[in-house]
Amino acid sequence: MRNVDIKMLKQVQHDGPLDRIIIMDFSYTETQDMIRETLSRFLADTYDFDSRNKMIASGSGRDAGIWKALAQDLGMLGASFSEAHGGLGGGHLENALIMEELGKVIAIEPYLQTVVLGGGALKAVGGAIADAVIPEIIGGNVIIAFAYAEPQGRYNLANIRTTAKKDGAGYVLNGHKGVVYAAPWATHLLVTARTGGSGSEANGVSLFLIDANSAGIVRRDYPTVDGFQASEVYFENVAIPGDALLGDEGAGLPLIERIVDEATVAVCAEACGVTAKLHSGTLEYARQRNQFGQPISRFQVLQHRMVDMFMEVEQSKSMTTMATLKLDLPAAERMAAVSACKAKVSRAAKFVGQSAIQTHGGIGITQELAIGHFFKRATMIESQFGSADHHYERFERLTLAD
Amino acid sequence: MQLEFSPEEIAFQKEVRTFIAENYPENLRSVQDEGHDLSKEDFLSWHRILAKKGWIAPAWPVEYGGTGWTATQRFIWSEELAAADCVGTMPFGLSMVGPVIYTFGTPEQKAQFLPGILSGDDWWCQGYSEPGAGSDLASLRTKAVRDGDHYVVNGQKTWTTMAQYADWGFFLVRTDSDAKAQEGISFLLINMKTPGVTVRPIITLGGEHEVNEVWLEDVRVPVANRIYEENKGWTCAKFLLAHERTGIAAVARSKRGVEKIKSIARTEQDGDRPLIANPFFKRKISELEIDLTALEFTELRSLAGEAAGKGPGPESSLLKIKGSEIQQRITELALEAVGHYGAPYFRGFGEGDNEHPIGPDYAHRAAPTYFNTRKTTIYGGSNEIQRNIIAKMVLGI
Repeated sequence: MRNVDIKMLKQVQHDGPLDRIIIMDFSYTETQDMIRETLSRFLADTYDFDSRNKMIASGSGRDAGIWKALAQDLGMLGASFSEAHGGLGGGHLENALIMEELGKVIAIEPYLQTVVLGGGALKAVGGAIADAVIPEIIGGNVIIAFAYAEPQGRYNLANIRTTAKKDGAGYVLNGHKGVVYAAPWATHLLVTARTGGSGSEANGVSLFLIDANSAGIVRRDYPTVDGFQASEVYFENVAIPGDALLGDEGAGLPLIERIVDEATVAVCAEACGVTAKLHSGTLEYARQRNQFGQPISRFQVLQHRMVDMFMEVEQSKSMTTMATLKLDLPAAERMAAVSACKAKVSRAAKFVGQSAIQTHGGIGITQELAIGHFFKRATMIESQFGSADHHYERFERLTLAD
Repeated sequence: MQLEFSPEEIAFQKEVRTFIAENYPENLRSVQDEGHDLSKEDFLSWHRILAKKGWIAPAWPVEYGGTGWTATQRFIWSEELAAADCVGTMPFGLSMVGPVIYTFGTPEQKAQFLPGILSGDDWWCQGYSEPGAGSDLASLRTKAVRDGDHYVVNGQKTWTTMAQYADWGFFLVRTDSDAKAQEGISFLLINMKTPGVTVRPIITLGGEHEVNEVWLEDVRVPVANRIYEENKGWTCAKFLLAHERTGIAAVARSKRGVEKIKSIARTEQDGDRPLIANPFFKRKISELEIDLTALEFTELRSLAGEAAGKGPGPESSLLKIKGSEIQQRITELALEAVGHYGAPYFRGFGEGDNEHPIGPDYAHRAAPTYFNTRKTTIYGGSNEIQRNIIAKMVLGI
């Protein structure tokens, strides 16, 4: 805990009566350490504040070369995929540590959408489509956007009005998906739609992976407050092939819940990176800012606030570690762990972000300093895949029956 | 990374669970369930059972009487003790002065004092705070003046927990008045039966006699009872404070506390529904439970760091702050949960008292425990002092 990263033991116990490995193990493997170091060095070179601003201000709102480099020079996009698919054989932990590093530079790369959500769905269903698309993700040739939210649905994953009607061997899509991050960049859309049922019914929900350029898809693109590009996506009689269906027709909700849980923990990991930087940036500023003839870091009220920020960052790391390690448990346990994590991390993100701005004073609310941009991303993470309230409620439903 | 216990650890868990079930004193269980005050003998009965089994000091090195358990085994042990709602062993000997003696003491001191701590024959108390030295502990004024092979000690200590039962006390005393605050302090072991030692009770808000004033008037203490060098007692004190903080997260015990609140909230009625169905009360429970999970995994990360060779560091202040806040919130919620029946003043049971006290059993101690538990954010270095420690030692400001 003294280091920024959790660097812990994989220890063989020789002094105790039992000569064996401690199983409550919080260590990273050498490969995981290497992934972190490689990525961290690459991002330090490519993702300084000015470069990021330039990417966002450019025509496409990104630098496509970075994604290519992550894929082809660093092999980073394969970290969480199996060796059979051409990856490094990792999983949730690799996703978490990559997301944490991306958070430290508030990167606007579509890793969450493409690898965690798209890749997660493909790993779960397997088969021909996984064999075809995963190597393309790893190669950097595919970008996936997750079109799941609808204006009326809030955080309820089953509240879907978009329909996919059977039509011969394929389907016809109609509906409106809101705030689809990375859609303007996407080659594929991962879409939730109703093949049956209505309202928020669990039955009748299906998941599709479709070509983003299919006829009948209309997009309204816009920048988001945290530097990404997103779209309102309208499906107007979009004909899609039958093999675009992931999993079983009408029974897609458990799969959707699972990949969204994985993505929720991934944004919590990102939040660990974002809030760690909010904290260290605030410390650094407080040391050099002089008022009343001394650095403001000498004032005890500010010291205690920065200690409170430190404690929130540390607890976010603890919760993210906990939830990452529980992602493969049975659904009810997984969901309770993920909701506990997101509830805590959402509140931490708010507290650390607001405290960072307050400690900076007026300069904190200008566009000039990076700190405000970290605050904006932290603020969007608060509600991404469900606000603190949403997750407290889901946690209560699962663990606090009357 | 992984989170599961190995087959050996599961077997160990079974072994200790069975041992607790078969050996925990029956009468102690009923004393606890009915909400009686625990006597010295109540505390010692469980202590002696563990001492006989050789499990009284799992954290000590094997050569001094430890169990040789791994960090994970010790974690399992404390979880099992809490799950079975066992009374805690007194920390003053086992967690505080014991480690100071085996770390800084001479072979003679180890031989003289460690066996009594392990067996429970010697009850220890801590003479640190003074009326004028609370958070600013180093400003203490109790004085020890050398007289041949003795020190003559004069002064007053306060907040001395369970000193009314104590055979021995470990004291911080000033041996050099001219030195800077922290230098000039020595660490003395004082037999509480020595002439000149007077213990006076302080009654706290719950009506309990837990803490005391200790007056020292011309108390003669052999120089042989000084631990470590003269004027270097602060080194022992700092070492002890770090040790004191690691257990202070009290995760296992707080888990048990949360379960108790849930069970009260399922029993108590709130209009025509159980209290736990009240969304506001339910939210307080879930917030508490989630914060406790965050504390638990922060402690596990810290333990893993310790097992990797880093001693308990200044970040253990985080565990103290969050652990103590959570303990307070548990007592606060318990009092809130019992509603009207927080009010009746429960005096404990007198001899031959047959009448059942007012209200449900779980309500008797709700208010006194709430009042008493305000101490957790004050003792062991107040939470404000802990924040100062993190600011200085971790953040470097």
